[in-house]
Parts: sequence; structure tokens; C-alpha cells
Amino acid sequence: MSLARKGRLITLIGLGLLALVYVRALAFTPVERLQGPAQKIYYLHVPAAIWAEMAMFLVGLAGIFYLFLKDPRLDRFAEASAEAGTVFASIVLTTGPIWGKPIWGTWWTWDARLTSTLFLFFLYIGYLLLRGAIDDASLRARYAAVLGICGMCLVPFIHLSVYLFRTLHPQPIVLKPSAPSLPGSMLVTLLVSFGVFTLLYVGFVMQRYALALEREEQERSAHA
Amino acid sequence: MGDWLRQAWTVARKDLLLEFRTRTAIVSAVVFTALVLTVFNFGRDPTAVATIDLAPTILWVTFTFAAMLAMNRAFQLELENDALEGLLASPLSRTSLYWGKLLANLVFVAVVEVVGLPLFVLFFDVPVAPVLLPLIAVIALATVGFVAVGTLFSALVIRTRFAELLLVVILLPFLLPPLIGAVQVTARLLGGRPLSESAGWLRLLAAYDIAFVTLATLLFPFTVDE
Repeated sequence: MSLARKGRLITLIGLGLLALVYVRALAFTPVERLQGPAQKIYYLHVPAAIWAEMAMFLVGLAGIFYLFLKDPRLDRFAEASAEAGTVFASIVLTTGPIWGKPIWGTWWTWDARLTSTLFLFFLYIGYLLLRGAIDDASLRARYAAVLGICGMCLVPFIHLSVYLFRTLHPQPIVLKPSAPSLPGSMLVTLLVSFGVFTLLYVGFVMQRYALALEREEQERSAHA
Repeated sequence: MGDWLRQAWTVARKDLLLEFRTRTAIVSAVVFTALVLTVFNFGRDPTAVATIDLAPTILWVTFTFAAMLAMNRAFQLELENDALEGLLASPLSRTSLYWGKLLANLVFVAVVEVVGLPLFVLFFDVPVAPVLLPLIAVIALATVGFVAVGTLFSALVIRTRFAELLLVVILLPFLLPPLIGAVQVTARLLGGRPLSESAGWLRLLAAYDIAFVTLATLLFPFTVDE
């Protein structure tokens, strides 16, 4: 089975499981007392947010290894991961306002967390634009690696400024120093959803990687 | 160590000398700063919004824009007559080349800020006298961060299409943490709050400077070597 087909299969399985996650979230997970049904979007929003950042981290990591090993596979992976990350950042930026409207009463507010996700999104766009602006493949890979590593290091700084800035956004309730403060059934739904998003990330990256391979093949035959 | 700094200074001196003789870029940057400050004056309703509320924003948006524009010249300059190839062929370490460019850019942006700050005070009647020293320290801290990242990225974009535009697009997200920090500290200083209240932000600014100067020094060789 080709890589593209495998990626597509994994993505489809992920999407199917995501539907099941929502069956569980809607029918078998308790409704949050204060936020009501709006809170259900949490199971989409949070895993997407985690993967939007993880993808940037992996872009940076691939960049570090690329600079030393000069392996084009790492560059292809970085590109794929950046595009998947852009998709996840878009999911966060779409689901956030949908939740924000009933809960905060506004689609958008210049809260630090929203701003930081928006800037993560811009970071991805900038990274992809830089890739698009360089024709030479090895130069592109090298420059993209440098920018990717810087991007990876920027994310903690964005987070630090989030904690220092006053924020409207709910504080973390799972990934924090003390024990998670949400009921077990909600935590299970969240973790399952996180697993499904991991699958989706893998599926996206595999398909995108296969596309990069195909494009390189085409460029080679065009030159020959 | 000493040798390395001397080499960096040679590069910086070359750039600054070139700048001093032509003066096109620095004069443009200073005029640009003055113009942005003027534009801000017309961008608000003076009867509704007190200047002091907007002052930190005005100061930092102006400085950020001026610094971003200044970054372009560092390596653009070396593209003419393939001067960059000459620099790379010379017995100059890559680190020194980066630090030379960094120093020249710092001086360049500092000159713009030295002219921009009094203009800002004059135009908006902001009482900076009692907090002048801490304010200068904050400007210095934020500027080092801006320029460290900007110098590295300007080397990334020189061989691309639309270099000037691309630099701004990839650089601005990186300027966000120092920009937020600088605006917060400036607002507190101008509001008469003690500097100790901004300790968290100052630490963030300092950490950003250390992290990105180090990172840029390590990564720069990869942007010029084949």
C-alpha cells in the first residue's frame, strides 16, 4: 500500500473515531454545570490546541536534526508537520470563538491566549511562506530548519507572556502542577479525543509527506 | 575571544562607516519614525483618549516598525557586487560576521530611538523625566531582542522574492513577546509605578534576549554556508 493511501486510511479511521468521541461526549459524559452544552466543544478545542503546538515543536526538532544530518526526509516531515499544525491551529481558532460567543458573549477578545494561538498560526503561515519563496531545495530546507527551530523556541515565550498577562481564558485544568480538576468521565473523553487527534495528525502528515515525494518526483522528471 | 570580538567590530565598523558616508538609510529611518509618530497623533481623538493611555503603544509600535525596516539593510547591502561572497571567503568566523551585523544594527536602531524618544516626548507631552533611566533600560532590553532575531532573519530572506515583505511577515510573531513586555513595563513606568512591580516582565525580556542572541549565534552559520 502506498504511503498516501495509508495516510488516507489512518485519517479516515481518525475521523470515524472522532464521531464516536462525540457520541461519548454528547451522550455519556456529564454536562458541565456552569457552561452547559457549550463546554462539549472542549473535547475538540483542547486536543487540537495541544497538537497545534506539538506540531511546531516537531517542526523545530526536525529542523535541528536536518541541520546536522542533511537528510531530505526530515525536511519533508517538517513541511508536512507545519501544514498539519496550521490545520490544527485553524481548528483552535474556529472552535474557540464558537465557544466564546455563548460563554464570554463575544466571538473574539484580545485575550492573551487567543492572541498567542493567533500568533502561532501566523508563525506557521510565515514558515510556509518562506518555504514557498525559495526555489532551491537544499537552501529552502536549511532556511526552513532555522526558522522552525526559532519557532519552536518562541512557543515557550508566548506561553510565559500568557501567564504574565491577565487572561480571560479558563486556566489549564489538566496540564497543571496539581492533579487534574475535572471529573473522571470528562477526563477519559478528553484523553480519548487526544488519542484520536494524534491519529489524525499522523494521517495528515503521512499524506502530506507522500505529496512532497510525488512533487519531487515530478520536478525531477521535468528537469530530465 | 578577544580576536572574535575584534573581527565582529571590524564588520560593524565597516557597516557603520558605509552608513555614515551615505546616510540614506539612517535618515530615512529617522524620518520614518517621525512620520509614524505624526500619524499616531491623527489616529486618535484627543478629546476622548488621553495621550498617557496611548503613549506606551505609540512608542512601541513606532520603534517596532522602525526596527523592522532597519533590519532589511544589513544583508541587502552585501548583495551588491556579491560582497557577501567576499565576506564569507575572508578569514572571518561566521559568529563574528553575525555579531558584527548585530552590533551595526543595534547602533542603527539605537540612533533611531535616540531621535525618536525626544520626539515622542515632545509630540505627546509625556512626563518621562522621572523614569528616564529605567525607561532607557527597558528600551535597550527590548531592542536587543528585536535586533537579534531580526538580524538572523534578514540573512534568511535576502535570496527570496519579496524579501522586504517576507521579513516583516516572519519577524513580527517573534517580536510579540518582547513587545508585550516592553509595553507593559513602559505603561507601569509612565503610570508612576515602581520598577519592582514589573519584575516578571523584565525577567521575560532578559530571558528572551539571552535565548535568542544565543540561538541566533548558533544558527547563523547555517544561513550563509553551503
